[in-house]
Amino acid sequence: MIVEPELSCRELVELVTDYLEGGLSRRERVRFESHLAGCEGCTAYIEQMRAGIAAAGTLTEEDLDPAARDALLAVFRDWRQNR
Amino acid sequence: MAVMPSPAELQLLADLRAGDEASFARLVDLYGPSMLRIARSIVGSRSIAEEVVQEAWLGVLRGLDRFEGRSSLKTWIFRILTNVAKTRAYREGRSVSFAELEADEGPSVDPSRFEPAFGHWADPPHGLPESRLLAGELRQVVAAAIERLPSSQRTVISLRDVEGWSSEEVCNALELSETNQRVLLHRARTKVRRAIEEYVEGRR
Repeated sequence: MIVEPELSCRELVELVTDYLEGGLSRRERVRFESHLAGCEGCTAYIEQMRAGIAAAGTLTEEDLDPAARDALLAVFRDWRQNR
Repeated sequence: MAVMPSPAELQLLADLRAGDEASFARLVDLYGPSMLRIARSIVGSRSIAEEVVQEAWLGVLRGLDRFEGRSSLKTWIFRILTNVAKTRAYREGRSVSFAELEADEGPSVDPSRFEPAFGHWADPPHGLPESRLLAGELRQVVAAAIERLPSSQRTVISLRDVEGWSSEEVCNALELSETNQRVLLHRARTKVRRAIEEYVEGRR
């Protein structure tokens, strides 16, 4: 049996996005998760990463300026007439 | 990677080509805010971004009769937008490159925080405090951190984490490889996390 060397915290932080994106192979994922299960520092690191992603998801959309929207609809009418 | 237009998009396309203004207005309301956000992250200013969005819609209308449906309508619209925005940024003297990544930015975490021999935390991050106030504060911290990112990273994190697009949609709209998309996302999220940690540590 091949024993995989344990992932270090320094290595894990570089793999977080691959992990969250589902981009790790099965073997790499098992290695990642078994490190995580025993490491408070890395667990906190991922928690902060996820908190950032969640907070980004609550940022509000910028609406188009109503005047800009009206101008666009005018452009559309113009286009319709001249094609 | 070629996602074809959905049946709903084909219907919309037919309505637009027939000159139906209500359909155009719906499309503007649906994609306008995202277009503005992307344009702003590429060109840097809100007022130029508004011009870019206008110009992109003009490009969409001009190309409507020639659109062959080899990608989804959404992808096609955002590609036009991205191209208009990049051209404009270039003219304004800003360089925006999605295809070539900037030089390696170094490790995600300051190496001095790990013990040198085994690479385990010497100075580990701490769990976030339980606080109802924190969520509101974090929004501001995250918004400010995103603003400070280089434009390619800001555009990718805005689409993925603010707008909730899939990685495939982002790759298509920005004409990015999956690998580069992930590198840009990683760099962006890493800086946002760092800002959160600095904020929470400063608040303790």
